[in-house]
Amino acid sequence: MSQTFVGMPSFPKNAAIAVQDSQLRFNLRKATRTIRGKRASVVEELPDWAELRQAGKAIKDHTLRNLERYLVQMEAAVSAAGGTVHWAKDAEEANRIVAGLVKATGETEVVKVKSMATQEIGLNEALAVEGVTAYETDLAELIVQLGDDWPSHILVPAIHRNRAEIREIFLAKMADVPADLTDEPKALADAARLHLRERFLRAKVAISGANFMIAETGTLVVLESEGNGRMCLTLPETLISVVGIEKLLPAWRDLEVFLQLLPRSSTGERMNPYTSMWTGAVEGQDFHLVLLDNGRTDVLADEVGRQALRCIRCSACLNVCPVYERAGGHAYGSVYPGPIGAILTPQLRGMDTALDRSLPFASSLCGACYDVCPVAIDIPSVLVDLRAKARHPRTERIGMAAAGWVFNRSVRLARAQRFGGRMRKLIPKRLPGPMSGWTDTRDLPDIPQESFRAWWDRTEGGAR
Amino acid sequence: MTSRDLILARIRAAVGDAPDVEIPRGYRGPGAESDGLIEHFAERVRDYRAVVHVVDAAEVAAAIGDALARREAGRVVVPAGFPAEWLAESVIEDLTTVDAVVTTCAVAIAETGTIVLDAGDGMGRRALTLVPDYHLCVVRADQVVPGVPDALTRLDPVRPLTWISGPSATSDIELNRVEGVHGPRTLEVIISI
Ligand code: SF4
Repeated sequence: MSQTFVGMPSFPKNAAIAVQDSQLRFNLRKATRTIRGKRASVVEELPDWAELRQAGKAIKDHTLRNLERYLVQMEAAVSAAGGTVHWAKDAEEANRIVAGLVKATGETEVVKVKSMATQEIGLNEALAVEGVTAYETDLAELIVQLGDDWPSHILVPAIHRNRAEIREIFLAKMADVPADLTDEPKALADAARLHLRERFLRAKVAISGANFMIAETGTLVVLESEGNGRMCLTLPETLISVVGIEKLLPAWRDLEVFLQLLPRSSTGERMNPYTSMWTGAVEGQDFHLVLLDNGRTDVLADEVGRQALRCIRCSACLNVCPVYERAGGHAYGSVYPGPIGAILTPQLRGMDTALDRSLPFASSLCGACYDVCPVAIDIPSVLVDLRAKARHPRTERIGMAAAGWVFNRSVRLARAQRFGGRMRKLIPKRLPGPMSGWTDTRDLPDIPQESFRAWWDRTEGGAR
Repeated sequence: MTSRDLILARIRAAVGDAPDVEIPRGYRGPGAESDGLIEHFAERVRDYRAVVHVVDAAEVAAAIGDALARREAGRVVVPAGFPAEWLAESVIEDLTTVDAVVTTCAVAIAETGTIVLDAGDGMGRRALTLVPDYHLCVVRADQVVPGVPDALTRLDPVRPLTWISGPSATSDIELNRVEGVHGPRTLEVIISI
C-alpha cells in the first residue's frame, strides 16, 4: 500500500494525541451526526432494505467465489468494446503501467477523479517522480491536496476540516481565489468551480477509479456528486481507470441492488447527483482499464477475512463508529480508516508493523458497523479473528501463557485461588512496570477472601 | 508468468474449493405497481431543489420558451434529434459560451427523482449537459418508471449513460449538501403529460 504512512506509531498512540484536539472532535462529531441522521431516514424509507442488503451480500460473495471467470469475462467485454485491459499484481506495477500510458500521450498533467485505489497505491507520488503532475478535482481531495494534508474519511477526505479552516487553506494556496472569500459553503464551492474550470477544459488525460464494473457487459460505473467526475470521464482524450479486482459485479441487473444500497448508505441521499456509466472506448476516447490486485488475492484466501472484499466503500461504518468519531481518520494510518480500515489495512499490508498490528484492537466491538453495513460485513468477527492472529505484546503473552497453565488443571487453579485470597491485602491497585498498561485505564478487580468453589465445598452450597 | 496469469492463479488457489452462493432476490424488482407516478417523480425531483413543471403535451413548446426567457438564456444548445415541434435544433461548438442546454431523456425514475440520458436523439454527447450552467430537460410521461430496477431494464449498457439527480452538489463541507459545483448549477425539468 501507499508509502505515505510508513513509520507511523500504533493506533493507541495516534488516537491519544487526536482526542486532545477539541476542534477535530467537534468537526467530526458534527459531521458524523448529520450524515447518520440522513442515512437513517432514507434507509427507513425503503420497505425492502433488508432484502436488498441480503442480495448485495450474496451477489458479492458469489462474485468473489467466481472471480476468475468474471474477470476474464470483463476483460473480453472491455476489449471487444475498444478498450485496453492491463493487469497489475501490486502497487508498483500499477503505477508503472499508468505512468507509461500517461507518458505515451506526451502530457505532463493529468486530472483525477477521487479514487481509493489510486490513493492506496500512492499513484500521485509515483507520477510526480516521473514528472507528471496529478490534480485532484474532488472538492474534499482538493482541500487535502492544497492543505498538504492526509485524507481522513473514505467519502469526505477533508471531514476533519470545518468551513473556516477550508477558507484559510483556499486563501493561502489557491492562486486565483477571490480576495473577499467568505466561509459560506456556497462561496467555497464556487471558488473550487472557478479554480478547476480551465483545468478541466484543458486536460488531455484523466485518471479515475470505479465503484462497479459489470462483467457481462464490460461497463464501468462511477458515482459522484459534484460533476468533477463527469468532467474527467468525458472531456479528456485519454481515460485510465484503476480498479480493484473485487469491484466486479456479474450482471447488468445487479446494479438494481447496488444503485439503491450505495447512495443511501454513503451520502444519505436517495440518489447521488451524477452517475456515469460507459463501456469500452466511447465518444472517440482512448480507454484503459488497469485491474489491480495489490494484496486482494491474499485477503481472498482468508476464509474469515475475505468478506472485507465485499466492501463498496460507502463509509457508513465510519460514520457510526464511536472510536472513529473520537480518534478521527488519521490515527488509522491508512487510506482506509474506521472499522473497515481496521480489518482491511492489516489484511492488505500484513501485520508486520506496530501500527498494522494495533488496528484490529481499534474497536470496542459494539457492532454498530455491522448493523449499518449495506453488504453485511461482520466487522466485529473479522476484528476478533485478526486479534487472534496479531502478535501480542510480550508481557501479555507471558501473562496469558501463565494463566493458561493455571486454568488447565483444577488443582493448580484451586491452589492459585487460595494463594490469592491470602495475599489479597498485598496486591497494589496499580500494577508496576510493563503491566501498568493494563491498570492505566482499568481498576484491578478485588480478590475475594474465598473462591466460590471453596465456599461451596465448605458449606455444601449454603446448606450448612 | 504474466501478472494476469499470476492473479488468476492466486484467485483459483484462494477460492477454488469454497462453496458457491445462491442470490436471494426478495426485494422489489421491476414492474411493481405504483399510483401517482408523475406526482411522485415531480416531488422527488423538487426535493433536490430542482425546478419542475408538469404541463400538457401541447404546451411543452411554450413551457420551454418561458423557461428560457425567465433564464434570459441567449445562446442555447439543442442536440440533434430534439423534437422540432418543441424547439429548433441548434449546434454550438464552443460550449463554454453557452447559457443553456435543452434535452430530452431516455428514462426517468420516480422513487429517486432521477433522469437518465443515453446520448441518443435529443440528448447528444455527454459534454453538452455538463459544461453549460443551466440544464432544461423534457420528460415524457411514458418515460417515467417507478424504481431503479425498472430503469435498468429500459437502458442499453453499450450507450454512455448519465444518471442525473438534481443539480450538481457537494457534501464535502461539514457534510451539508450545497448545490452547484462543476456541473450545471440549475436543473429544470418539464414533464409532458
Ligand atoms: S465495510 Fe460496509 S459500511 Fe463500511 S464502507 Fe464498506 S460497505 Fe460501507
